[in-house]
Amino acid sequence: MSEANEPVFTQPGPDKVYQEYLQKGQFCIQRCNACQGHVYYPRALCSHCGSYDMAWVEPSGRGVVYAVSVINRRAEKGGPYNVVLVDLEEGPRMMSRVEGVDHNAVKIGMSVKARVDTTGEKPMVVFDQV
Amino acid sequence: MANTIRGAAAFVGAALAGLGEAPGMSSEDIALQASYKALAEAGLTTQDVDAVFGALPGDCSPLSGLLLAEMMGIKPKFTDNNRTGGSTFLSHTLMAAMAIKEGLCDTALIFYGSNQRSASGKLVSSVKPFTYEADYKPLFPATSYALAASRHMHEYGTTREQLAHVAVAARKWAEMNPDAFMRDPLTIEDVLASRMVSSPLSVRDCCLVTDGGAALVMVSAERAKDLPKKPVYLLGGAAATWHMNILAMPDLAESAAADSGPRAMEMAGVAHKDIDVVQLYDAFTINTIMFLEDLGFVKKGEGGAFVESGAIAPGGSLPVNTNGGGLSCVHPGMYGMFTLVEAIRQLRGECGERQVEGAEIALCHGNGGVLSSQITNILGTEAAL
Ligand SMILES: [Zn+2]
Repeated sequence: MSEANEPVFTQPGPDKVYQEYLQKGQFCIQRCNACQGHVYYPRALCSHCGSYDMAWVEPSGRGVVYAVSVINRRAEKGGPYNVVLVDLEEGPRMMSRVEGVDHNAVKIGMSVKARVDTTGEKPMVVFDQV
Repeated sequence: MANTIRGAAAFVGAALAGLGEAPGMSSEDIALQASYKALAEAGLTTQDVDAVFGALPGDCSPLSGLLLAEMMGIKPKFTDNNRTGGSTFLSHTLMAAMAIKEGLCDTALIFYGSNQRSASGKLVSSVKPFTYEADYKPLFPATSYALAASRHMHEYGTTREQLAHVAVAARKWAEMNPDAFMRDPLTIEDVLASRMVSSPLSVRDCCLVTDGGAALVMVSAERAKDLPKKPVYLLGGAAATWHMNILAMPDLAESAAADSGPRAMEMAGVAHKDIDVVQLYDAFTINTIMFLEDLGFVKKGEGGAFVESGAIAPGGSLPVNTNGGGLSCVHPGMYGMFTLVEAIRQLRGECGERQVEGAEIALCHGNGGVLSSQITNILGTEAAL
């Protein structure tokens, strides 16, 4: 292979970049410059087409609950909470939780919007009902 | 050349050890006991083994094949610790059959042992927490399966009662299996009233946490004829994986069993009507319903109604998990091995009260990770060759 065809891998790696955005309160995902497909979670190659040429974009944050489970944590440990899979408008699916509503009110098909929650020990992407 | 693995190798030993609770035993102890028993019924000893396949729980040596070989004092020509989760052993059978057929080895031992119940009292997973999921505190692996169940219910109207029928059918089989860990009668109401873990799955929708181990011995079909036990042949096998983490599963209501199943059956040259007994990895009640659909025993979405009809329980049209499964018989963490042992015993006609009359062909299906690795094996008697 000629040097001109050598891929240019930038540093730091995508996992670290993602966390750095999150630390700044920004939720970013990768978009492939070759196929325009979006990818979540962060990774070094496009899982749609295999390209290494990935850019960072801020998604709209809009999504739909694809699946939901309520974990029946005992009251003395904080009580029940929900875990969801959300389909982002851009395509990728991610795990998260829906805040601000009763855990039993979180339903498949619910429209939600992403927000970076910086109140915990580490910043996290969570969703609110819209 | 197509289908050259079909019938090339046979199971000549299959044994269980340390089932239920094995206090004071290490996982290695259990695996070695099972190995001794499987070899003994094949008329062999550890010194006859020249290929070692197997796995131990996540807190043991990842190089478990090397460790077991060392403990047995043998120098195998072929070892394979390939780990695909609880489906692992259904991959080992395929690799062993290939190695035997190609003359790379003569006597393959496949082992498993786990003391997870006595050692920790909980499921010992080999999977490290994945930060893009673990931050949201899903129970691992229960919540992943619960999310799949939520989706299956949403898409196909599957109900908690139908899930409960899976647990009740497994228990009815377990009542006829002296080796099963839980044999008390269980009702639909009992399942529905049991403590919710990760909705829609309650405690009785989840597999047991037990100790236990098993071992298998495989040799060439030709050599199997001269050994004491009725040979059971590996007719087909295929593996498929479409994701690792549940967030990456393409469709939570359909597993890669839809790919592994048809390929394994094609290799074996069998159709659904030919299969007499089915052993599925029932880590959770939703698994049985999804696998029956994905493997093609019923149409997609009809698994719930099928199990509700009593079809998979004793006396039903399709005997499924005749040992009681991971839900009621044994679940030391990687249940796949036990699908094979039960199938072999059914095909030999050794299952006593729970014996499926005239069983000649069995389908075993292993699941690994969170519906991630799907591996199907088809086993048969000489009549099925
Ligand atoms: Zn791409």
